[in-house]
Amino acid sequence: MQTKDHNTLFSEPEYVEQFERKKEFENGSSPEEIARVSAWTQTQEYRELNFAREGIVINPCKACQPLGAVLASLGFEKTLPFVQGSQGCTAYFRSYFSRHFKEPIATVSSSMTEDAAVFGGLSNMIEGLENAHALYKPDMIAVSTTCMAEVIGDDLRAYIKTAKDKGVVPSDMPIPFSHTPSFAGSHLTGYDVMMKGILGELTGQKAETSDGTLNIIPGFDGYSGNLREIKRMLTSMGVDYRMLGDYSDVVDAPATGEYDMYPAGGTKLSEVRQAVNAVGTVALQRWSSVKTGEFITKEWGQEFVAGPFPIGITATDGLLSEITELTGKPISDELELERGRAVDAMVDSHPYVHGKRVALVGDPDVVLGLISFLLEIGARPVHVVVTNGDKKFKKAAEALLASSPFGADATVWIKKDMWHLRSLMFTEPVDLLLGPSNAKFLWRDTGTTFVRVGFPLFDRHHLHKRPIIGYNGATNLLTDIVNTVLDEMDRASMDSASFDLVR
Amino acid sequence: MSTSSKINQTQKLIDEVLSVYPEKTRVERELHVRPNDPTSDCSSCAVKSNVKSRPGVMTVRGCAYAGSKGVVWGPVKDMIHISHGPVGCGAYSNWSRRNYYNGETGVDSFGTMHFTSDFQERDIVYGGDKKLGVIIDELDGLFPLAKGVSIQSECPVGLIGDDIEQVAKAKTTEHGKPIVPVRCEGFRGVSQSLGHHIANDAIRDHVFEKAATEIETTPYDITIIGDYNIGGDAWSSRKILEAMGLRVIAQWTGDATLAELANAPKAKLNLIHCYRSMNYICRYMEETWGIPWEEYNFFGPTKIYESIRSIAALFDDTIKANAEALIEKMKPEMDAIIARYKPALEGKTVMLYVGGLRPRHVIGAYEDLGMEVIAAGYEFGHNDEYKRTYPLLPEGAVIMDDATPYEMEKFTRALKPDLVGSGIKEKYAYHKMGVPFRQMHSWDYSGPYHGFDGFSVFARDMDMTVNSPVWGLIRKPGAASAATARAAS
Repeated sequence: MQTKDHNTLFSEPEYVEQFERKKEFENGSSPEEIARVSAWTQTQEYRELNFAREGIVINPCKACQPLGAVLASLGFEKTLPFVQGSQGCTAYFRSYFSRHFKEPIATVSSSMTEDAAVFGGLSNMIEGLENAHALYKPDMIAVSTTCMAEVIGDDLRAYIKTAKDKGVVPSDMPIPFSHTPSFAGSHLTGYDVMMKGILGELTGQKAETSDGTLNIIPGFDGYSGNLREIKRMLTSMGVDYRMLGDYSDVVDAPATGEYDMYPAGGTKLSEVRQAVNAVGTVALQRWSSVKTGEFITKEWGQEFVAGPFPIGITATDGLLSEITELTGKPISDELELERGRAVDAMVDSHPYVHGKRVALVGDPDVVLGLISFLLEIGARPVHVVVTNGDKKFKKAAEALLASSPFGADATVWIKKDMWHLRSLMFTEPVDLLLGPSNAKFLWRDTGTTFVRVGFPLFDRHHLHKRPIIGYNGATNLLTDIVNTVLDEMDRASMDSASFDLVR
Repeated sequence: MSTSSKINQTQKLIDEVLSVYPEKTRVERELHVRPNDPTSDCSSCAVKSNVKSRPGVMTVRGCAYAGSKGVVWGPVKDMIHISHGPVGCGAYSNWSRRNYYNGETGVDSFGTMHFTSDFQERDIVYGGDKKLGVIIDELDGLFPLAKGVSIQSECPVGLIGDDIEQVAKAKTTEHGKPIVPVRCEGFRGVSQSLGHHIANDAIRDHVFEKAATEIETTPYDITIIGDYNIGGDAWSSRKILEAMGLRVIAQWTGDATLAELANAPKAKLNLIHCYRSMNYICRYMEETWGIPWEEYNFFGPTKIYESIRSIAALFDDTIKANAEALIEKMKPEMDAIIARYKPALEGKTVMLYVGGLRPRHVIGAYEDLGMEVIAAGYEFGHNDEYKRTYPLLPEGAVIMDDATPYEMEKFTRALKPDLVGSGIKEKYAYHKMGVPFRQMHSWDYSGPYHGFDGFSVFARDMDMTVNSPVWGLIRKPGAASAATARAAS
């Protein structure tokens, strides 16, 4: 007895006939009309209409600020993210991360409703902090906001003070906060301001001399494997580092028979207090560390370096040399060996990626890293779409593309979405598409070979555990890209002599 | 009156679990968590429901927008649903509910697409109405085959005082297509539930008598209401109804079109699966046009047979005969599925915490497989749901309204169910705990679960999860070295 689920059931004749019968009631367009419009959406004329729009955004590749704030908060030991505002937002953040990481995500909401819209969210904040503290016993509660709290103008600083004055939470409990409405920035800026809020709240006493350590801020990175990889690389170089906001073990916890809402891991709060005494801070990403960088430079008086996000050889070289400059620690023999192996693999595989025209969509730092990597292997970026990119990103991406003859075909599109990208891919086809799971609809519509990279990754399992940064990450990325290209090559050559055993 | 020992025992457990809350919250939560009394003799056993969640206590609930855009309107495939406001709500809810549909996405169907007005600071300050007008015009140009537009309001829209109704009215006239304003801002109400109601009202006000098309009618015309076609549920349900000789003129709202919404009042009978999310519109059609409605349950053969017979009883002898013939035809197949899976599932216990329908509707399907539901609760049920649930559960089962993950974990530890059915946010905590878990909103990307075809998928899925060998690999940290040490000594 073979069970047929949705994958095969609905292509059975009785369902195909049912769908035909249902059309009688659908008042749908005629097949000719659908075919005509479908073809039209693939034309240059449609592209121009599509790019002329000023209001509607269709399939954007970005999420909103509090999502980033929650991820930043999860990076600290026994920290409970607390979102002031409507409760539905929090349900969405938790679902979104669970779909990506395949992990439970603990976050609470102050569950504001219509009465809070009238009277403000103070009583929700007080009761919320009291309940959260009593029930979940966090060491820190990190408060961010939804649109609702921002539109009605909730005064977080005053509310938290009132809650402490009333004694519902201990007066010495760290309760950092950040303003993170969805109508500004994206998940990256939300991460940034929450990180800044946490560092501000926990800044310790500045000693006269540095303790010789290096602070590392991972940024909004969908790969727990990236956080582990950079830590391993720093250890390899003998750098005495502390990661600020290390959520790697929080979003990738073991199955032990127990559920711990604060999985072992996360940066210790005492460590954060020491961070002010480091020789400097390196943020792996630029676009999720703008405000944090300003804070560290100004308040901590520290050297602050942001990026390059180390995807590919050149960017990893660049980041590591920054680290060497700050710490005096040269790249280790181990890493040099990994670099050599990665380059060796790239040399081996280059015939299958050289000259390939590529479309890219994702977050600014990831996309910048991918461009850098593609140029290294002789691939040609063509469409670069970054919904949450700004002018600085555009400039940086264009400069990077201009640095290589392989970048000559590319156009960088900021504040554009995946419906724009669809038009670009139909009117100027490419060989390869790199982007998060949401880009799979472009794969389907245009038939372009697709490698999943970035955030979110909903429809493939465990990719977040494998690093894409550093030299080993370059090898991983190369492996994914070249083997996807080869899979497609095999599929296309099944009925021909080109079905080679050795590639 | 005296209560039974089972009820007392469960009450004791509940008291223990709730004891950690601060006083105010504990007192409030006590009203929502009760031991089951199937007879309803125990008046204090009834749970309180559909009230606000406590701030700071992790709730599983979502919001009105999720109830309207995510549940009711989102699946209407030939309309464009604008997530009106900032980018987040539409990003998070995009294609997460698996409301399957046929059609060419981006051409005549739009189900998997995310349309957002992507509010920025200036839209909050100056209002979004002008932008909304621009958007509707742009959509008309880019998607000429879309049959209409709905405006799904996010929180800021209601807070800044935008007049989306005015924009919708003007644009409806201008474009000659229904532009439906929906006031489902997330802060309204206490859960998804009010969003369902608001969405129902918007269909009533902006679709009925406005977008109907000409269709031939027969005495056998019915609708499927409250089936969102998750993993194809409505299709496998439709198959049964058509085999009975009935004619399904509208499917609400899984794989639905605007015309199907508008033509529903031409039916002789409305069949409602998810009572919670669409009873409002059924009542309206009954009051306005005298169309009767009937609840049914297409989970598991026992309930399917019952439902087929009670539906057929409302029609003539031909339909009744068809119904009996269908049951006779399908029974051997269903018996074979039970024979295959029941030995591996017999006696296993289940805890369910889902939305507004499944905690009671799937009980029969589990029972068909020899399993017993020992705890159940709704995220956003009302009294109606609980009243329908008490008689279906054993005495002393835990009933939990708006349960928190903390409560669920404690009840899991105490009651040791062999399977927990809930949602994505709960799922992975149970994987850590080593407790078999199935998502009962999205069917864990499987399905369908409705209908005869769905039961074989349901049985397979429950079996694979309850009896997977993988659970046996989980061990506590340190357990291995302790065992080695014992062996050495």
